[in-house]
Amino acid sequence: MKVEQGLLYMESHEWVRLEGDEAVVGISDFAQEELNDVVYVELPEVGDTFAQGDVFGTVESVKAASDVYLPLSGEIIAVNKELEDSPQLVNEDPYGKGWFVRIKVSDPDEAKSLLDADAYAKFLAEEAKKGGH
Amino acid sequence: MPYIPHSDADRAAMLDAIGVKHIKNLFADVPAKVLYPKFKFPPPLDEQTLLEHFRFASDNNANVNDYMCFLGAGAYRHFIPSVVDHIVSRSEFYTAYTPYQPEISQGTLQAIFEYQSMICALTGMEVANASHYDGATAVAEAVVMAYNVLRKKRNKVVMSPFVHPEYRATTRTYVQGLDLEIVGDDTRQDAQSLLSLVDEETACFVTQFPNFLGELEDFRGIAEHVHDKGALWVVVADPIALGLFKAPGDYGADIVVGEGQPLGNPLSFGGPYLGFFATREQYVHKMAGRLVGETVDAEGKRGFVLTLSAREQHIRRERATSNICSNEALNALAAAVYLAALGKCGLRQLAEICYHKAHYLAREISKLRHYEVVTTKPFFREFVVRCPKPVAEMNEALLERDIIGGYDLGRDYPEMANHMLVCVTERNSRLEIDTLVRALKEVS
Repeated sequence: MKVEQGLLYMESHEWVRLEGDEAVVGISDFAQEELNDVVYVELPEVGDTFAQGDVFGTVESVKAASDVYLPLSGEIIAVNKELEDSPQLVNEDPYGKGWFVRIKVSDPDEAKSLLDADAYAKFLAEEAKKGGH
Repeated sequence: MPYIPHSDADRAAMLDAIGVKHIKNLFADVPAKVLYPKFKFPPPLDEQTLLEHFRFASDNNANVNDYMCFLGAGAYRHFIPSVVDHIVSRSEFYTAYTPYQPEISQGTLQAIFEYQSMICALTGMEVANASHYDGATAVAEAVVMAYNVLRKKRNKVVMSPFVHPEYRATTRTYVQGLDLEIVGDDTRQDAQSLLSLVDEETACFVTQFPNFLGELEDFRGIAEHVHDKGALWVVVADPIALGLFKAPGDYGADIVVGEGQPLGNPLSFGGPYLGFFATREQYVHKMAGRLVGETVDAEGKRGFVLTLSAREQHIRRERATSNICSNEALNALAAAVYLAALGKCGLRQLAEICYHKAHYLAREISKLRHYEVVTTKPFFREFVVRCPKPVAEMNEALLERDIIGGYDLGRDYPEMANHMLVCVTERNSRLEIDTLVRALKEVS
């Protein structure tokens, strides 16, 4: 299981990569492993706006449907169309080709509330120690 | 001894949690006189007497085996080959309760899969679910699905006034909690003129084929206009008519639903019936209901499983877009066996027989004085006749002649008082049809 450096994370297992005033969002390697085979990803439409922590989509695996939360407030400026036909990209390359959406960040200060890679890795280790997720 | 899992302490804790002192308080809104009514039952009867009692009572029913029937309006009497009852009565199908574990349920799953495949072929669609309760709920689910496909951003539904009145009422009930407005009730409008109401706020356009009056409306250009506005087109179709006429999928429908009762299911005083539901593959994740798919097992052998279950309410819970996780498996099985027994050509022949018999009756009625066939558009097996008297009165006189007359359209369309919707199927012999014509002459 990999926690990619340079990204910010939520405890609900979404990651965000800041690129200027834009950001790319996906789910972590841990999340995809927990979900098992992803069969469908429901994404918002370009132009939709969300607040930090809002549900912006759903991931369906063979046995579950899980909401995904937006780590930062913003407007959707692109969605990963490839996931429509190839949802397995989320499993194969969660930090790369399996990205979900690109947003225009409305409040960069919100990033302070997110976990960096080390903090997220520590969080995962603690959760594992608790014996459940 | 009944098994009741809750102890008195459990119950007290639950009542405490919701702040209610006694269970009785939960029923405070129900008037006392209907809450715990005293039943006055007659004394018990022995088995033989009881059977005679009910046999005698059932003789008071005018049933379609003893009467000539020209009533349709959404429920149709077609001949059901005995193979249908034979298959659905097998205990493996008949007694099974939602046997969806693939390890032990290949027969049921394959039957549902074949039903779905036949519905796809009939409607010209790519996916069909395992069925809904009836045509009315299938229409309502189609509307809800369109609303969800368009991400709840469009709040208008344009529904033709000639979609079955009960389907329209059910849809209105069904969408009460949603932010949806249903328009299009003006009966002076046909499918073409209603199109002008379809705009960028519209989630879907709902039309029926044939419509409630039996007419085959002109659907040309509808798909283009509806799709141009970014909306979906729902066609409520009669499955027997689809044996003869073009499949809605071939002229651009996005969701095709309808009442599956005519496919091998008896009239049964209104139920249980069968709602069929089919759509394009791109919308499958928003489709309600069970879905059976074909796959291979660990040894590479063909098998069947429930698929895309994550769409369903029991997994998606509060984010689900429908409460439907069930289906009418036995009725769907009857439909599948019926369609398999008739075959593609058989279904077409059946539809042709209905078409020609209905047109024969229409011609004969149009020759009668005091009656007018007011249907001017092409029709399938139903048409509208203006009668010289109120339809209720007409039907009473017909009943005395062992004839169940047509549907009283004035019940749903006030401007159509004295208008009867007459239905003819392959079950109506030439003799029956001529008898009806003679009877109409007598009672005019």
